[in-house]
Amino acid sequence: MKTFANHNPGSVDEAVAIAQAAISDGLSVSFAGGGTDLLQLVKDRIPNRPGAGAPDVLVNLKSIPGIGGIAVNARGGLTIGGLAPLSALAASSVVRQRYSVLAEAAEQVASPQIRNTGTLAGNVCQRPWCWYFRNGFNCYKAGGNQCFSIVGEHQLHAIFGGGPSFIVHPSDVAPALVALEATFHIIGPHGERTLPAAEFFVLPRDDAGHENVLGDAEVLVSINLPASANGVHSSYHKVMDRQTWTHAVASAAVVLDMEEGLCRSARIVLGGVAPIPWRVQAAEALLAGERVTAELADAVGVAAVAEAQPLAKNAYKVPLTRRLVERTVLAVSGVA
Amino acid sequence: MKDSHDSEVSRREFIGGTGAAIVAANTIPVKAQDRSGESNERAIEDVPLTRITLTVNGTEHRVAVEDRWTLTELLRDHLGLTGTRIGCNRGECGACTVLLDGEPAYSCSTLAVWAHGRSVQTVEGLEKSGRVSKLQQAFIDHNAPQCGFCTSGQLMSATALLQRNANPTVREIREALAGNLCRCSNYNAIVEAVQAATRTGGA
Repeated sequence: MKTFANHNPGSVDEAVAIAQAAISDGLSVSFAGGGTDLLQLVKDRIPNRPGAGAPDVLVNLKSIPGIGGIAVNARGGLTIGGLAPLSALAASSVVRQRYSVLAEAAEQVASPQIRNTGTLAGNVCQRPWCWYFRNGFNCYKAGGNQCFSIVGEHQLHAIFGGGPSFIVHPSDVAPALVALEATFHIIGPHGERTLPAAEFFVLPRDDAGHENVLGDAEVLVSINLPASANGVHSSYHKVMDRQTWTHAVASAAVVLDMEEGLCRSARIVLGGVAPIPWRVQAAEALLAGERVTAELADAVGVAAVAEAQPLAKNAYKVPLTRRLVERTVLAVSGVA
Repeated sequence: MKDSHDSEVSRREFIGGTGAAIVAANTIPVKAQDRSGESNERAIEDVPLTRITLTVNGTEHRVAVEDRWTLTELLRDHLGLTGTRIGCNRGECGACTVLLDGEPAYSCSTLAVWAHGRSVQTVEGLEKSGRVSKLQQAFIDHNAPQCGFCTSGQLMSATALLQRNANPTVREIREALAGNLCRCSNYNAIVEAVQAATRTGGA
């Protein structure tokens, strides 16, 4: 592997200061959570930030105490440290009971070894797994100015929100966090900011090189989930091209607020089909105030894919996503 | 105590100090020298070294590591523990699986410097008093290794499973071993071996 210097900061502010100082010295910097994705990028010399070289400096966030916990907060919601391991999320009784969509998403990430090492923030911020980007093509995501998938191989690429890059967002937990209306707490050189999960992710049409709004010296420190009301049910369903240890061909995070068989409100967010976690509000609107039936769930599936724009070789994802949404809505509502 | 790198440290003019508090201060961005036009030889001399302490199979090791070394490289190339394998070196095969504080992890996908203060168990740590563990014996009895390259990783994942769950179901065994590929595709024999170890009292 290329040489670099590892730093073990004692606080987030120190981590940001190390990164900022290195950047101003003209060095390439990466923050490391679990590091499972990052070390692959370094070994393969794939830019972690568009146009950047392999890192000269790694800032090891695991050395910072107190940013990996899971705790009920003063507002009755949940505060999860960005460095919380995915396996801890999947095993947490409070996450399983009140935010099952997140526990189910976390337990379906990759393999047990990666879930033990990989972190919540790292999973949210991992780079795309497009085969062109990961094989050294100078695409938008690497800092170049084209997407090789359009006229190439794009069986696993976006059917929503594509252009100019057609990557899909690879995270399992990200759609769950958007569906739960989480907020993301970020610390950087210019202080702290808190964003709704949905505003954290950016489409390629707005910024082709990045998948989210994080600046080069900013850290996703923690994620807050709002209090979970009685009657809220949720689940994450993931379709893969094998049974385990791969990314979603398509996934659905569904959160339904149910009362006596009626759906008060719904949130449906798709993974694996768009460059960001893809919320389908037209489909959600069909559920509001309605009793969930097989016919309604079918219509929700149809509405979820109404805006799909598949490429030449990934149109199979449209009916797949339609039925995935239908089945997940039925499962969460208890009808099926 | 074992310190296998004293000579290397002095040759490379290791910037002194011991203990975790000094670790961060010892790391010097090497690229700064690269870009100043120094020779490549000089850049190699200035590769950052960090002194770490970790426990491997119950023995404490104090070693100076290059920041870029993976935990696999430390175990295999510097501590002589070659039972841990490098397959893909990308966290995609599982051959490098070790237990890190008791939990399975890909040693190719974590840095040696990040293992400071942690406890590592490798396949060499499974035998007790010169005898293989019950799980290892079950692997032998059920022909779980074919070419054997993935075996040490499979053993570590299965060992962690049996430590937390003495009587796993077949589904639980398959889930626990999902992060370990076998190119011989000998999965059924591996699962049978883990089941057999369960019946005979676990690992």
